[in-house]
Amino acid sequence: MTQRALALPTRRAAVGQRPRAASSRESVAAYVFLLPWLIGFFALTLGPLLASLYFSFTNFDLLTPPQWIGLDNFTEMFTQDRRFRAALLVTLRYVVFSVPLSLAFALLVAMLLNREIRGIGIYRAIYYLPSLLGGSVAIAILWRQIFGKEGVVNQVLALFGIIGPSWISTPQFALNTLIILHIWQFGASMLIFLAGLKQIPQDLYDAAAVDGAEPMSRFFRITLPMLTPVVFFNLIMGIIGAFKAFTSAYVVSGGSGGPLDSTLFYTLYLYRKGFTEFEMGYASAMAWVLLIIIAVCTAVVFRSSRLWVHYED
Amino acid sequence: MKTSPATFAQGRPRRHTLIHVVLLAVALVMIYPLLWMIASSLKPQNEIFSNLSLWPSEFKWENYQVGWRGVGVSFATFFKNSLVIALLVSVGNVLSCSMAAYAFARLRFPLKRLWFSLMLVSIMLPFHVLIVPQYSLFRTFGWLNTFLPLTVPSFLATESFFVFLIVQFMRGLPRDLDQAAMLDGAGPFRIFWDIILPLTRPALVTTAIFSFIWSWNDFLSPLIYLNSVENYTVSLGLRLFLDSTNASTWGPMFAMATLALVPIFVFFLLFQRLIVEGIATTGIK
Repeated sequence: MTQRALALPTRRAAVGQRPRAASSRESVAAYVFLLPWLIGFFALTLGPLLASLYFSFTNFDLLTPPQWIGLDNFTEMFTQDRRFRAALLVTLRYVVFSVPLSLAFALLVAMLLNREIRGIGIYRAIYYLPSLLGGSVAIAILWRQIFGKEGVVNQVLALFGIIGPSWISTPQFALNTLIILHIWQFGASMLIFLAGLKQIPQDLYDAAAVDGAEPMSRFFRITLPMLTPVVFFNLIMGIIGAFKAFTSAYVVSGGSGGPLDSTLFYTLYLYRKGFTEFEMGYASAMAWVLLIIIAVCTAVVFRSSRLWVHYED
Repeated sequence: MKTSPATFAQGRPRRHTLIHVVLLAVALVMIYPLLWMIASSLKPQNEIFSNLSLWPSEFKWENYQVGWRGVGVSFATFFKNSLVIALLVSVGNVLSCSMAAYAFARLRFPLKRLWFSLMLVSIMLPFHVLIVPQYSLFRTFGWLNTFLPLTVPSFLATESFFVFLIVQFMRGLPRDLDQAAMLDGAGPFRIFWDIILPLTRPALVTTAIFSFIWSWNDFLSPLIYLNSVENYTVSLGLRLFLDSTNASTWGPMFAMATLALVPIFVFFLLFQRLIVEGIATTGIK
């Protein structure tokens, strides 16, 4: 199902349709329908994209015209700016831990739910709800309290006689609380896995049962390979989403990315540079570096997909 | 394709008991933070951080009254602002994205492939790379500290994901319908309005729901564009409230945080089936 959503629909349209030249009336109508999108695309996407590329080579404070400074923003970023390096490392750690962990958890729960049991709708709803709510400021505030000095986590630990630290204000732990918040929102990926699991033909399991395959080998020989296109999709979307995370870090750290820059997400630092220090040129340069990092990560996953993604046809 | 979900648990009820135990335990951990927040919103101050129980010893409804007063500006204003913005964004996305989607799904025109692939690429584009130029553009328009930067883009189909979602849905509709209408002399506009749009309703509702929820939860854009407190959305209002919160106001803080989640929760209850299907078929989150 998800593979179908990813495939380019233009090809399918060309197959299912009689070849027919575009009439001029139809073309005009089409461009009328497309007009809002075209305006939006040029004025709010392509134009800004190119403008921010230009700004990234300038010194720009919004009030005076941008001054060309060549590669200075980029050299500063990679050679002098310690906070940039901190932000990059924090974000990479966040992506590397939160994406695979939440996918593994989503798959595990989807496997458990993929059978006829009573109350499945309720389970599904409870597991999915955090995905809808998780991006909000309200939940970030809640998280701040749960992992605070007197928060729920420490109250539970106190029952076992453990005195926990304030997790959000301890540099070693602060990022982990955000990773847990990300994992808490596994429900959307779980629903996609569940849809993928339902697509696996039962014949494969029947044949495996005849051959006397163990549950473990059924999982690794049938379920997982058949599910790889869905894993692939979830992985790409998860990586892009994790790089863009902002609200949770902002609220939990009170906008600072602290303690000691341990939750200074890339987007948070970008925001601070651009909109509190008004170094718009530098912020644009950071945005382009982010774009390139995301593009490279996506390309690597796409490339590697030939090795591990199994397509039936 | 067969869709028989019962794989290896068939005819073994004991296994199901075990699974229910595991599923229930996970569900409890998942839902506990939310229940704790709701409970805390009703607890007296001294009980919030000292009592793990979800049942308040006395129900302090004043927390809601106190919280609603907000910080100088009442939460009524924040809710009204968020509601106006989220509704406009939903309407804008449904209109502009369905128009673009109809062109891509049903009409033939020069450069279609080019536009379509650009539209797909823009789905992946991180918003941050556009943020500085958009800000400076809206600044020259004099739109800072208004709702316009938050709502106008949605009328220009900038959320390409929804265009894609609706295209996918429209492609599934039988072509005979529009061809028959065309033979009857209906033009593309009539076909779009009378035939395609009504049939696309599930995709349009999904678009509207997610537009609303995303806009409601959005924090970065309001943070950048809105600077006077009367224009704040609920997200910004909560943040402001948090900054001004001291030890004695956690109850009202949680009361407002709970209220902020109510609209999303209501949407979830009303449209659960559509939301779940939307995710399962398109990977929307």
